[in-house]
Amino acid sequence: MSVTSAVTGSRSTNTRSNLTTVLVFLPPALVVFTIFVIIPIGEAAWYGFYRWNGLGELNRYIGLDNYLSLLTNKVFIQAAINNVWIIIVSLGLQLPFALAMAVLLADRRWGAVTFRMIFFLPYILADVACGLIWAFMLDGLFSAIIQWFGGEPYFLLADRQWAFTGVLIVIMWKYFGFHMMLYIAGLQQIDRSLYEAAAIDGANAWQRFRFVTLPGLGSMIRLSVFFSLLGSLQFFDMIVALTKGGPLNSTHTMVSFLYYFGIGRMKVGFGSAVGVVLFILCASVAFGYKRIFMKDD
Amino acid sequence: MLKKVLLGAGLGLTLLASPSIAEDTTVHLMFNSGPQNEAVWRSMADDFEKANPGTKVEINASLENEAYKAKLPTLLQSKDRPDVIYSWAGGVMEDQINAGFIKDISGARDDLKKLVANGALSAYEVDGKLYGAPLMLSLMGIWYNKELTEKAGVDISKIETWDQFLDAVKKIKAAGITPLLMGGGDKWPMMHIYAYLIMRMGGPDVLKNAKAGKDGGFMNPVFIEAGKKLKELADLEPFQDGWLGVPYPPSAGMFGDAKGAMIIQGTWVLNAQSNNSASGKGLDRANIGLAPFPMVEGGKGAATDTLGGVQGFLVTASAPEAATKMLEFFETPDQAKKAAEGGVYIPSSIGTAQYLKDPLLAQAADMIGKAAWHQNFFDQDLGASVGRVLNDVSVAIAAGEMTPEEAAQALQDAWDEL
Repeated sequence: MSVTSAVTGSRSTNTRSNLTTVLVFLPPALVVFTIFVIIPIGEAAWYGFYRWNGLGELNRYIGLDNYLSLLTNKVFIQAAINNVWIIIVSLGLQLPFALAMAVLLADRRWGAVTFRMIFFLPYILADVACGLIWAFMLDGLFSAIIQWFGGEPYFLLADRQWAFTGVLIVIMWKYFGFHMMLYIAGLQQIDRSLYEAAAIDGANAWQRFRFVTLPGLGSMIRLSVFFSLLGSLQFFDMIVALTKGGPLNSTHTMVSFLYYFGIGRMKVGFGSAVGVVLFILCASVAFGYKRIFMKDD
Repeated sequence: MLKKVLLGAGLGLTLLASPSIAEDTTVHLMFNSGPQNEAVWRSMADDFEKANPGTKVEINASLENEAYKAKLPTLLQSKDRPDVIYSWAGGVMEDQINAGFIKDISGARDDLKKLVANGALSAYEVDGKLYGAPLMLSLMGIWYNKELTEKAGVDISKIETWDQFLDAVKKIKAAGITPLLMGGGDKWPMMHIYAYLIMRMGGPDVLKNAKAGKDGGFMNPVFIEAGKKLKELADLEPFQDGWLGVPYPPSAGMFGDAKGAMIIQGTWVLNAQSNNSASGKGLDRANIGLAPFPMVEGGKGAATDTLGGVQGFLVTASAPEAATKMLEFFETPDQAKKAAEGGVYIPSSIGTAQYLKDPLLAQAADMIGKAAWHQNFFDQDLGASVGRVLNDVSVAIAAGEMTPEEAAQALQDAWDEL
């Protein structure tokens, strides 16, 4: 009796002190979260049902018109396609490249640390500064170099077909360092003895990579893909600095579309509808991905 | 201990009370950044402060053009609302007035009528009430590099018709010089060319009728014909390489660096071409010529009609009386002539044209004065949403991505959606 009551007694005081901690720390966080996240999302959903220029009264209810018009808006469709391209290039080119670099630089070889820093540097640069520098290079410096070699000057960011490819190149350059660092951290946690065991069993370099490295990096890869997916959907700053969505609205992403076609044109109702669509998309991707792929992490 | 607390509280209360004893008013003035404008308005504000002791004027010119336009709606609804804001009149101003953010200063109308040219002042009237006043007039025209055009064997000042203009462009291009610099990245430089063509072909009522849905609204053949003429120009490939991606400031800088023969821009380009040039100095003003936009044969518009801005200030709803007084003060000839003498802008105040020392600005002021019809920039007149669509379609027509008919339809759709 004494043991059980002692156990029950201490458990109930534990629960009580846990409850107090929760009650003290949760409200401030909840209040902040509600004011800065929940309420704006709710307001955006509300504004999305109106035609509103952001200034006057909210009195032109149009129901789902904003959302329906998005389905036929050519620029929005192009923007959505651009976002998909960013995802494809990130997952298909950038991440494998980052992984290759990580494998090369994970061991403390000569020069490895220096190169890690060099590759990580683009990630530290502010998006806008990066965009402005690259805009100057792609549309100025590179053309000058081409001219110097006797060719016709070519302006990548003014070319409707290829401007977005230019944007993709800058994206690849900027973020692969971040993923590389994630993989290096993951690689350094893999037990070295696993490699030795595999080597003893006669596995070659590729097989060691496939059967020891990749599974060992599993959770890190899933995490990096998660960051990449969400980042691709929310891509904005560099578009503004690089192309402003041009030429001829061919390089918009969904967020830059929201900014230029919603807020920039004083169509806040329309912009809010785009915002809601983006929110639903990002939330579904985030929660869906976590559920399906990161269940056991 | 109690004594200390009481003493502290007493001091605190006195400090709180003192502002009401001093009776200082502060007028907050906000506009888009521009070092020359800021300098001249700061100097006017200093004189205003001296003439009205107890009043201070704080100027906020930190936001660049696009950033200012983007932030203004939020600012107007916050407690940081400036007292006096820069405005281009037109549709955006009407939106701001309808939302109740702008003060009705019709009481000052009589005073202002004595100071400002009537045509310009009426741009700031809506439904018979006055909400602000213009400070500067600007003009879109053809600015040309005299040396380069002479080298190509063309005299721009002799051009009168659109076809003659196209011929000149061909000649300049044949001489290996870029005929027309274009900031297509910002879109609005192209829009002004389209606008002028619409004006020349449609005459003074063209926009009014389109907005009212008369004569087919925006599907009026004038809009389509003007679009075709714009395409004619673009087909000659007169712009610099990569023009679709170049914003306005670098294009002005290129003009200052003598990289092109002409640029169709507003009077502000005189400062921009030196600010943005590689050397920082730009072209020598004696080397720059100004020519009016050519007339289109058979069009309803006169060759003397001008397209330009009536930029000025609006007084916001919560502004103190001093704000309206300051606006009147800025319009007085003694103050306005500072801008004229400094070559900063063409003041809309009466009696200041004589002070324009810069011959190009004087020429522009003369052109505006002689115009029977001075049209506000189309993208301002039409408001934020349709204005941006007009920008988009102008570039689309020139780049061959939209036909003139599709462009007119896009304008009509955007207008109907308002």
